[in-house]
This record gives sequence, C-alpha cells and structure tokens, in this order.
Amino acid sequence: MIANLGFGALVLTFIVSLYGIGAAFYGVRQNKPAWVDSARNGMLLTFPLLTLSALSIIVLLVTDHYEVAYVASVTSRSMPMYLKVTALWGGQAGSLIFWSWLMAVFASAVTLRKWERDREFLPWVIVVSLITLAFFLALNIFIENPFNRLWQFPSGQVIEKMFQPAGSTLFYPRDGQGLNPLLRHPGMIIHPPMLYLGFVSFVIPYAFAIAALVTGRTDDRWIRLTRRWTLWAWMFLSLGLVLGGRWAYDVLGWGGYWGWDPVEIAAFMPWLTGTAFLHSVIIQEKRGMLKQWNMVLIILTYSLVIFGTFLTRSGVLSSVHAFAQSAIGPLFFAFIGLTFVASLSLLLHRWNDLKAKAEMTSMLSREALFLFNNLLFIGILVVSFWGVIFPLISELFIGQKVTVGPPFYERANGPLMAGLLLLMAVAPLSAWGHSTIKTLGRAVWKPAVVAVAVVVAVIASGITNPYALIGIFLTALVIAVTLYEYWRGAMARGRRHGENFFVALWELIKRNRRRYGGYIIHLSMAMLAIGIIGIEMFQSETQDTLSQGETLTLGEYAMTYDSLAVFDAPDGRNVARAVVSVSKDGKPVGELYPRRDFFYDSQQPMTIPAVRSTLEDDFYVLLVDWEEISTSSATFKVYHNPLVKWMWLGSWLFIFGTLVAAWPEKERDLAPVRTRAAASVKA
Amino acid sequence: MEETISQTGSSNRMKFILGGALIVAAVIYLIVSSTQASAQYFLTIDEIVTKGDEILDRDLRISGAVVGDSIEYERESLTLSFTVAHVSGDNDELEAEGGLAKALHDAVTDPNRSRLPVVYEGPMPDLLQNEAQAIMTGRLGTDGVFYADELLLKCPTKYEEALPEQVSNP
Repeated sequence: MIANLGFGALVLTFIVSLYGIGAAFYGVRQNKPAWVDSARNGMLLTFPLLTLSALSIIVLLVTDHYEVAYVASVTSRSMPMYLKVTALWGGQAGSLIFWSWLMAVFASAVTLRKWERDREFLPWVIVVSLITLAFFLALNIFIENPFNRLWQFPSGQVIEKMFQPAGSTLFYPRDGQGLNPLLRHPGMIIHPPMLYLGFVSFVIPYAFAIAALVTGRTDDRWIRLTRRWTLWAWMFLSLGLVLGGRWAYDVLGWGGYWGWDPVEIAAFMPWLTGTAFLHSVIIQEKRGMLKQWNMVLIILTYSLVIFGTFLTRSGVLSSVHAFAQSAIGPLFFAFIGLTFVASLSLLLHRWNDLKAKAEMTSMLSREALFLFNNLLFIGILVVSFWGVIFPLISELFIGQKVTVGPPFYERANGPLMAGLLLLMAVAPLSAWGHSTIKTLGRAVWKPAVVAVAVVVAVIASGITNPYALIGIFLTALVIAVTLYEYWRGAMARGRRHGENFFVALWELIKRNRRRYGGYIIHLSMAMLAIGIIGIEMFQSETQDTLSQGETLTLGEYAMTYDSLAVFDAPDGRNVARAVVSVSKDGKPVGELYPRRDFFYDSQQPMTIPAVRSTLEDDFYVLLVDWEEISTSSATFKVYHNPLVKWMWLGSWLFIFGTLVAAWPEKERDLAPVRTRAAASVKA
Repeated sequence: MEETISQTGSSNRMKFILGGALIVAAVIYLIVSSTQASAQYFLTIDEIVTKGDEILDRDLRISGAVVGDSIEYERESLTLSFTVAHVSGDNDELEAEGGLAKALHDAVTDPNRSRLPVVYEGPMPDLLQNEAQAIMTGRLGTDGVFYADELLLKCPTKYEEALPEQVSNP
C-alpha cells in the first residue's frame, strides 16, 4: 500500500540520517575516512528515499485517497490536478515533508560537488545537515504524520492513526475538505516553495560556518565556498516574500500587500539577517574584519529560519494566516534553543581565533558604512521581533496583553529603512580603508544634484508630504548614484581599453559580476521603495452603490457600472461577475470585471478584485455586493494605488541582479587561499 | 585626510562606539515611542463588559466568536454589524475547551456568554460567517457598541465535525 510505502521510506530516511550523523562524527574523530565516506553515502541516500516518500503523498493526493487524513484535509474531488499536486505543501504535515525533501536535495548537492576540495569541512557539514533533517523527520514520524489514516470503530467514532487499532476498520470519507479557496492562487502555490527554498538553502552556509568553527579553519574559506549558496538562498527568500505580498494584493482585497502580520514577519526576519550577512561577508573577504560578527549573523539566520518555519506552522500568534494548532511548538523551541546555544558556545570557543587582523580607522570608509548598514538591519530585526513578542512580554510584566499593529512597525522601521536607503546611496562611492567628508562629497555631489532636481520636480507637481519627499530624495539618490557608478566605470574602462561605451559596460559587469550584480539589486530595491512610497503615502479610496449606468469618480478616474451576471462555473463555483467601464481624464481606458466567487464545497465566498495596472498607478475595483436577481444596482469599493507596479517590476530586477551576481564564475576565486596576505592582494 | 590617519587607535574606537551607540539609542527610542503610540490593549469580551467606562477612549484589540444570525449588512453605506460572543484569549484554555473550533462553537451556542455588538465600515469580508473568530481593533463607543477599524477573521477547519456526514464504504 502506498501510504505504508511512503511511511516506510520516511522511517528509513530517519534511521539513515541518525546513522550518518554517528558515522561522520566517529569517522572524523577517529580519523577513519571510510566511516566518513559511509556517512556521505547515507546522506546521498536520503534524497531518493525522501523523494519516494513525497511521491507517495502526491500519488495519494491525486488519486483521491481520502482515507488518509492529510489527503482528506487538503484536497477534494473538485480540485484540478495541479492543485492536488501542490497540496503537498497545503498543510502542516505535507509541508514538513516538503521541507525535509528540499533539505535532502541541497545536502546531496553539496556532497556531490567537489568532495575532495572541501574534505575537511564536509564531515561536519554532513553532521549539521543531517541533524537538521533528522529533527524535521522526527516531527513527521512521531507527531505530524502525513500518512495517518482514518479508522472507524463500531461505535462510529473515527480516529487518526498510522496503523489499524484493534476492532476498527478503515474509514473512507466520500470527499475531502478541499483547499481553502483563498489559497487557490498562483502566487500562493509558488509562494510557500520559494520561501522554503530560501529557508532551507540558508542551512548550507550555516553548516559550513559550524564546520569552520569545529575544525578551526576560521579564515574566510567557508564564506567563499558558500557565497553563491547564500545569494541563491537570499533570492528565493526575497521572491517568497514578494509572492506572498502579490497574493495578498490580488486576493485579500484590502488594497494592500503587507500587513505586518506575525507570520509575514517570521519570514522577514531571516531575510534581514541574511541580507546583513551578504553585506558583512564582503568586509571579511576584503579586509579580514567582522569575522565573529559574520558567525553571529549566520547562526541567527539559521535560528530564525527554524523559528520562521515554526511560526508559519503553529498558530501561537494571532494572525490572518489560519493554521492548525499543534503539538510541535515546544519541540521547535527546544530544537532552536539547543542549536542556538550549541552554536554560540562553539563560537565563543573560537572567539579569539576570529579576532580581526585590522581595525577600522575611518567612519566614512566603505567597511564602516557596511557596519552601519548591518546595525540598521539588526535594528529592523529587533523592532520586528519586539512587535511580535510584545503581547507576551506585556502579559508577563503588566498582566495585560497589549499588542502593536502596523502603525508601530511603520513608525519604528520607517526611519531605519530610510537610513538603509541613504547608505545604499553613499556606500558605493566611499573608498575602502579611508574616506572623508571631502572625498565622499566630491563623489556624491553630481548624483545629489539629480536627486534634488527630482524632488524639486515632485514638489512642483503639488506633493508636499515631507516624509514622501525624504523618501523620494533618497530613492532618487540611490538610482542616480548607482547609474553614475555604471557610467563612470564604463567610461573609465572604455578609455583604458579603447572600447565603445556598451562594450565597456558589458566587460565591466562581466568582470565584476558580484559588484555590479549587487548594484542591479540596489536598483531593484529602489524600485521597491518607489512602489512602497506610492501605495503607502498616496493611496486613496472610495466606495459607492451604483445603479446601472451610474458613475463614481476617484481622482482622475471615473467608473461606470454596466452590468452583472451570476452563473455557475464547472469547477464548483458560483460566480458573480460585474462589468464596469473605466475612464481616465475623460478618455475610456477599458472594461474591468471585478467578481465574487462562491465555493459550494467549502461554503466560502472569495472576492476577486479587478485591477488596471500601469507604471503610473493601479485602479483596483472590488465588487462588494449587488441587488439580487435584478442586478439593477451594485456596490463597489475602489482603490487608487499610485506606482505600486514598480514593486512587482523591481522583483523581476532583483532576480536578474542575483543571477548576474551568483552565476558560476571560473573557479579562480575558489582556489584555496590559505593566507590572509594573498587575499588582501586580490582585494 | 591626514587628520584621521594620525589619530590614535583608542580615539578611533571611541568614535565607532559613539556611532554605534547613536544607532542603538535611535532604535531604542523608535521602539519605545512607537510602542507607546500604537499600543492596543488586547481584551476579551468578558473583560470589556466588566471594565466598561474605564476603557472608553483606548485603542483596543478584541477577539470573539461571530454569531452568524446577527450579521447584517447595509450595502448602501457598507456598514456591517454583528455580535461577537466571548471566547478565551488564552491558547491553553482554548485547548482545554477542545480546540479553537469547539470553543467558538460553544461560545455562539451558549446564551449565557457575554456578547458585544460590533460595527464595521467596509466591504463584507469573505471569511465572515457563523462561528468564525473575529479579531478586531478599534474603540468602544459610549453606546456600548464596538467600532472596529480593522477586522481579521479566522476560520478553524472543522475537520472532525464534517466527517460523520460523509460515511460510506466504497
């Protein structure tokens, strides 16, 4: 039977993982390479075994095996095939399996590549990866088993168990519960896997960091080896966050994309430490500083990744994301606590080996600005963490649960994010080692003039909100500085090599992909900032009940209610679809079709906004209600969201920027660099 | 340029400590002031009913079970009104009651629970239904009605309850 097969594979993976941990540990301690090789084979074995287990679930899902409790809870007969497949991560048990499977994929990928080169680290990488894997497998096997079946006793009572309890028979529900219709959106289907890809791939740099601590090989080798891993991890995590925002914008119908919900913050926190890490490792590579700090950041990121997986799966905090309450909470906390304490004690043990060789001398040097960038990221992390746990703290100290909402995060994080924008604008122009106001001023004044010109133009167009103006100035400065850097670099190269501008630009980027890819990501962040400033500070809304032919206006837009049709769709929905025609400045710009779907199986309605999206603004229409039968009138809620499209465009750009920065280079930069001196010559 | 180079290591360190301390102080200031500016007291319906007047002008965040029969929607003005019944705000207590779904069900069916009328202006939320958990922020009016600015809804899956209706053995 498929469920037994899947469960068997799961248990076997768990045993193999435990064996691998022991064998790698024993092999490296007793200096017996055969044992380490055996552990490596064990690690490679986890991938096919978990693939088998995950495939078993998928087969059960698509073949409507509702006697399996998980299948019954996340699918139903009316769901299309692709939703049944992706229901693998539609619930807690399945998404934990999916997590483990990704872990096995990445762990295998690490061991398959360059085993000889990284021989000293890899036994410990195996130990760390397999401990993480074993933890998640244990959760699946002992607590959240996706293969549990439903058993019925003669009394009629139905229980969930893996194996048949005495006196019971297998219970077959006629249909499953189905996936919550709110989650049936492309953004929601790829959002969890992206987030998980990001989460899990951060385990690899962490594993190498621990390996470096254990082996005492505390130079920057572990960072160089995992540099691209970290970039990919960062990209997937960023993409997961953006897709979640896109889903909220398209589906939740409040005209927003981010609500500072605890679950969103849970995914945002490892992103913050991960982004800080990406920046500060550069300082270690170039200047040999911040070694201890980098260790702290990667350890924090790992803990936050596990914490994030836990928060998105437990329901300890009230949140728009509905989750099942489950028994895995205390285990997660125990695991996070243990790994955190163990990692920190290892770090303290090596603390002196990680002392910086050089000292920072100038407050405006590149490395100092990177350090301030790190402090700001950590500041945002502390603010966000405080917001999430404040109800618990306040209950502890004043006996009263006090919560903080989005205004708290916006008010406290806003200035810190502005500070990050400022650093993003200034830091690329500052020199390594030493910079002064004078040198920095000389470099920055031209882009600054452009940014001031942009602000003057914006003021002339009638915008006076000071916060918006500060934001616009900083964003314009980032863009101007970044483009100026490309221009300056390409011109200099062109002169040196006699190349024309475009050839020089191409060669420039090709030869410094990490740097110029990073600048592309900076540009994408500026685009994100444009979208955020637009929607946060200039969103307007209105609502009205219109008879057929009547018109409402919002800013330059006018919208006329034409008609409404109610019909049944083949996939178990009842659809009410309105037709409205929209004009801007008196010119017609087309029809929109806001609708309300009603899902018969889950008895739940779902409001689907219609959006006209341009670079300038989004016109976002919700169908709120309508006159039954006659459809002579309908009520609409309408949002005007300026510039929000820049956010989605910006996310395409950061994918591109990451590709540029992370695309495999010739191996020169990975050749073993044993001494500090050799590395600084390169820098 | 020279003036910075010539400085001694310790005064340099002082500058960095000062710079770092400034950022740390800024973060602390932002956290403290923003917490004060946006704190919302999380109360249960029982607590609201017993505290009454003393919480009139405070920002509140409350949670309750939606009573399905009470839902009314005035679509001309997008005014939504409904009643919520008391549920515990404590996860452990909810677990003791047999889980969130059960606690919400009991709250709605028990006529002796304290209840609170709520008014909210905006589109009818998709998840608003009988025995949903409503988490709202807003203020209590002098008329004893809770005026919500924000309304979040949670619908726990009623998995076990739904099963007996579907008994069959293929």
